[in-house]
Amino acid sequence: MPMPAGLTPSRSLPQIAALVVVLLANWMVFPDFFQVRLQDGRLFGSVIDVLNRGAPVALLALGMTLVIATRGVDLSVGAVMAIAGATAATLTASGHGLGVVVPAALGVGLVCGLWNGLLVAVLEIQPIVATLILMVAGRGIAQLITEGQIVTFVSPALAAIGSGSLLAVPMPVVICLGMLLLTALLVRGTALGLMIEATGLNRLASFYSGVDTRAVGILVYVWCGLCAAVAGLIVTADIRGADANNAGLWLELDAILAVVVGGTSLFGGRFSLVLSVVGALIIQAMNTGILLSGLKPEFNLIVKALVVLAVLLLQSPALGMPRLRLPVVRARRTRP
Amino acid sequence: MTFRSFVVALAVTAGFAGAAQAQTKLTIGFSQIGSESGWRAAETKVGKIEAQKRGIDFRISDAQQKQENQIKAIRSFVAQGVDAIFVAPVVATGWDSVLKEAKEAKIPVVLLDRSIDTRDDSLYLTAVTSDTVHEGRVAGEWLLKQTGGTCNVVELQGTVGSSPAINRKKGFDEVVAKNPGLKIIRTQSGDFTRAKGKEVMESFIKAEGGGRNICAVYAHNDDMAIGAIQAVKEAGLKPGKDILVVSIDAVPDIFKAMADGEANATVELTPNMAGPAFDALMAYKKDGKVPPKWIQTESKLYLPDTAKAEYERRKDLY
Repeated sequence: MPMPAGLTPSRSLPQIAALVVVLLANWMVFPDFFQVRLQDGRLFGSVIDVLNRGAPVALLALGMTLVIATRGVDLSVGAVMAIAGATAATLTASGHGLGVVVPAALGVGLVCGLWNGLLVAVLEIQPIVATLILMVAGRGIAQLITEGQIVTFVSPALAAIGSGSLLAVPMPVVICLGMLLLTALLVRGTALGLMIEATGLNRLASFYSGVDTRAVGILVYVWCGLCAAVAGLIVTADIRGADANNAGLWLELDAILAVVVGGTSLFGGRFSLVLSVVGALIIQAMNTGILLSGLKPEFNLIVKALVVLAVLLLQSPALGMPRLRLPVVRARRTRP
Repeated sequence: MTFRSFVVALAVTAGFAGAAQAQTKLTIGFSQIGSESGWRAAETKVGKIEAQKRGIDFRISDAQQKQENQIKAIRSFVAQGVDAIFVAPVVATGWDSVLKEAKEAKIPVVLLDRSIDTRDDSLYLTAVTSDTVHEGRVAGEWLLKQTGGTCNVVELQGTVGSSPAINRKKGFDEVVAKNPGLKIIRTQSGDFTRAKGKEVMESFIKAEGGGRNICAVYAHNDDMAIGAIQAVKEAGLKPGKDILVVSIDAVPDIFKAMADGEANATVELTPNMAGPAFDALMAYKKDGKVPPKWIQTESKLYLPDTAKAEYERRKDLY
């Protein structure tokens, strides 16, 4: 399959249109929005900020898309970010190199994901409850690791993950693109994506058709944990410290929002990784736009809510695309 | 422990207790909120040190952010018959009935670091808190003096609607209002965190001609300032020189930044709330001197010259 399934022009139009509109709005409030220059060998500009700051939520959205496609949800990603970040910072502060720190942080993410996967797919606890456990406990675990402090470190190598660059592109953007490719390869290069969608649409039918729904369930949560750990590593590297209280706080909600804005249904089934990333970029473009606009901070959440509402209305089967409006009209006509 | 050693231990303890009684050793119970931040942990540690200095038996109960645990702790202190109770109230309301119990037992209550809403202010002896409005004022006045009154300031606010954010803004705004050369050109919330402080500062720098229009950044806490410092550096500017950095709290890491010349000033929110409370209480117990209802802690300004020494002094407290 050359294109990721679900990325047909008519289906991706609302998201792309929304991103363009938000970017144009940013350009109107701040004319230098698209201006990009090199600063210390790194691209520098507001539009780069959108990509760079959007990377953690985009990463979370990748894993979350797969989870949501199986009709699940993972509320613990923010806490997993905090745990991975705390692990990385504490190990670095005690003198370990990247060769230990990165595998350890990612390993912690995998373990967290496995925990969620076992609760949901094996013990069949409802995802929202199962992952709530780690959402609450995870931050406590992170605080235990950091002993309640903000653990800071001096390590140019680790800091480069957050604020370095590859061919002038900020490292978080590079990492995010890499994870997008890797995830797409994993689910679209194999039949896994199809199995995920099938499991989400009808778990029992998929099971009887020979899909190992249990394994699929575990795998999506493990992948989600891994993505969260990568995001946690980036955030920690960026501020050169692990803030267990605040790292990734409420980002699970932004990630879910990105997936939903990206058009993946919370009822599972068809999903698109690229559109989830676009969803994350829409959210970040709004955040950056608000910061540039000079609006009072009291308005931040209201503006955000209005834009999200607009994007969701665009996707509403009853209101949005003409293609989708037709059956509704027809249905009305057939009524007596 | 054998029976004999137990008896000996008991006798020794009793002896100590008797001796202490002779010197009227005070026993004070302290219901602490928890240890959610470095500052809170420091407040507890400093409290222990200050108690030791004065020979006070200081019993600390950690409420883990829950009011019901604090109420239980206060009841238990009343039952133990302590000489006084300190409370760092986690919320402002709902204290009347439990404080009445303490009052009926004739045990004075001192509020630390936060105040409460009550119609009957005889329920507590005094409240020891910092004046967060004044903290903002001290930061503003330093900037005024440093820049000679002409400066474009960007402000990193705390969490929207939180009382330290509102008050620290208010105090700073008072100074700005009196000095037309001092202007707040951008203000946004950085949620009191390093990550948001950095992100917001990045946008400010881009919105203000690559940072050229910005003379100083005023952050409502040190953590946001530390994030902002990184953003300034990544934009190719020198924090502390091209853009002045002033913030509030005086946590150890800002002293590190000041020692490196990347931050210029911080206003202390002292973790020593218990010290003044002990002094007021001891004077009250000894001579019956009733302290004022509000004891304001000092909002001291720290500059880079003492940064190194202050960092060494503080790093183990937080």
